[in-house]
Amino acid sequence: MRPSAGNRATARSGRGAAGAVIALAAALMAVVSLLPGAAAAGSGLSAPTAGMPVATSIGKGEGKLDLIAWEGYAQPQWVKPFEKATGCQVSAKYAGTSSDMVSLMANGGGGQYDLVSASGDADLRLIYGGDVRPVNLNLIPDWKNFQPFLQNPSFNTIAGKHYGMSFEFGPNVLLYSTKVFKTPPTSWSVLYDKKYAGQVTVPDNPIQIADAALYLSKSQPKLGITDPYELTQPQFNAAVALLKAEHPLVKKYWDLASQEISLFQSGTTVVGAAWPYQTNTLQADKAPVAETIPREGATGWADTWMLATKAPDPNCAYMWMKWVSTPTVQAQDALSFGETPGNRLACPIMNKLSKGSCAAYHANAPASYFTTLKFWKTPLVTCDNGKNSCVPFQNWVTAWTQVIG
Amino acid sequence: MSTAAIREERSRGNGMARISAALWRRAWLRATLTLTPPLAWFLVIYLASLVLMLVTAFWTVNPFTNVLEHSWSLANVNQLFTSTYTTIIARTVEMAAIVTVTDAIVALPFAYYMARVASPRVRRILFTAVLLPLWASYLARVYAWIVILQKGGTLSWTTSKLGLGAVNIGYTNTAMWLVFSYIWLPFMIVPLYGALERIPDSLLEASGDLGAHAWRTLRSVVLPLALPGIIAGSIFTFSLTLGDFITPLLVGGASSQFIGNVIYSNIGTANNLPFAATLALVPIVIMTIYLLGARALGAFESL
Repeated sequence: MRPSAGNRATARSGRGAAGAVIALAAALMAVVSLLPGAAAAGSGLSAPTAGMPVATSIGKGEGKLDLIAWEGYAQPQWVKPFEKATGCQVSAKYAGTSSDMVSLMANGGGGQYDLVSASGDADLRLIYGGDVRPVNLNLIPDWKNFQPFLQNPSFNTIAGKHYGMSFEFGPNVLLYSTKVFKTPPTSWSVLYDKKYAGQVTVPDNPIQIADAALYLSKSQPKLGITDPYELTQPQFNAAVALLKAEHPLVKKYWDLASQEISLFQSGTTVVGAAWPYQTNTLQADKAPVAETIPREGATGWADTWMLATKAPDPNCAYMWMKWVSTPTVQAQDALSFGETPGNRLACPIMNKLSKGSCAAYHANAPASYFTTLKFWKTPLVTCDNGKNSCVPFQNWVTAWTQVIG
Repeated sequence: MSTAAIREERSRGNGMARISAALWRRAWLRATLTLTPPLAWFLVIYLASLVLMLVTAFWTVNPFTNVLEHSWSLANVNQLFTSTYTTIIARTVEMAAIVTVTDAIVALPFAYYMARVASPRVRRILFTAVLLPLWASYLARVYAWIVILQKGGTLSWTTSKLGLGAVNIGYTNTAMWLVFSYIWLPFMIVPLYGALERIPDSLLEASGDLGAHAWRTLRSVVLPLALPGIIAGSIFTFSLTLGDFITPLLVGGASSQFIGNVIYSNIGTANNLPFAATLALVPIVIMTIYLLGARALGAFESL
């Protein structure tokens, strides 16, 4: 098994960390909008670094590059050739959780760090905290080859300004035993079905409430859920109630990808929420499992390389973004980590490295597949409608503790 | 050498001698100088951080801005007494107690055999066998248990071969109880062995001479004398279970959260340090009560 997956799992479970900075910014915005003559509400939130000039060309390398990354994002396989080609010596600091990343990046990276591989739930905190600065993606030739939905995603692009380069992502899929399900389940409802009592597994992560909300948005349209990360108190309560009802059916709330793999391998569980990594590892071991994205759609996550406001080595940073966006590195990264590359040209290389892996990780899926994905973002008290009527992430964590008791 | 140089040399020697003499005369000064560095370490690193935690427990995090607010509040303590957390605390304490009792029951005959029956050679072998698992990583041993207990695992395979049917206790609190009892067993055997070894043979002989059966001797002579050893061992098994969060995470089921797991998720995921600190006070309070009880029962006399 790939070592990064276990670490990834711990990182992921800690990853929905609360949006301290952005929530603060949201509160400030609320105050500011009350002042006479203040900017119109709505998009009143502004990134402190929005006005910073972006590079128009990549200059000479500074000879070094300091990264904050998820473990596995700086493997010798592609770091060594990069160092050789650019002369930028890479040192990577691995973060355990999104909270770690945000605190390491405090004060614009402190003049120490250049890039951070932040996840969707940390991006806005970094942007509104002024810790990252806009980048010029025209300097990244492979950018035009990226999946269209990763070119301007709302979690790292604001008012047309890019605060980083999204590069790899993954969906949260429905994993099931093909022995039990002769035809693929078409709805997430199987996770809440008493028929599978004691044979269900879901991630131990408060963000799982969004998965319940996504299901409710279709099964109970009366609740009026439009965004699973922006829930009013009644919507939130309904999602939590659903998860509490699910609790007796759950065998194990998994924390590590390896746990879910062994649960399905031994046949302890027959249905659960998973990443493609688990499916692929299990199928490689000839376990009778398959995955699907049910008709309600699915949640997902995406990581972004973001440039620190005080990056001491901006040229090497741009060279790195250029390097990791090339099809070869995208394919290597995707396979070593167990995720999907953003670059559409990575597909044939993935297949060359590991037969059939492109389709296994959905790198060649049609656009309709990706539009079903709702990417992670930190739940804030401020909803899109500008009202402070949504449940903030801290309450998600408390509710999750009650759910898993 | 000039006289001046000699005088200087002598006076320097006198200086050292004077310091040494002063230290020799004042025992308190000697003790102070020797103890200050470790004591300062203890005060600054250990106690200060504990006090900091205690203070943090009474702060709060603003639910809307998620900023730490340095104002005194009992909100965290109140939250602690809601059913979610009392259930988790009760589960943790209950498991710690059951594991302790299990280990005491398993360890007593084992330690008795080692201390009073086995030949020195067998005793050495048994001692090695008891301590050997401690050489392997905690995680490796927990993972081994996952393989044993899971569906279609070693245990289930064995029982179904014996015609007893499959036993599926993987990912349950029963599995946690087994793993904890196994992992902490050496910490019960060693102090218990120490206590049993110290019982004079003459007492057992006297008990027999006065007509007591083996059971009566065990109950009235051996057990009371072994009690301090059991309590000393129970401090280890109880506190180690109380503070663990890896075994619940790896072998526990859907309702296996321990205090440690909630602390972990409050720090790592929620960024709610004050509530994590409040939760961390719970094991401290429980262990304080436990240790006071243990002292009353004379556990520390045999340490």
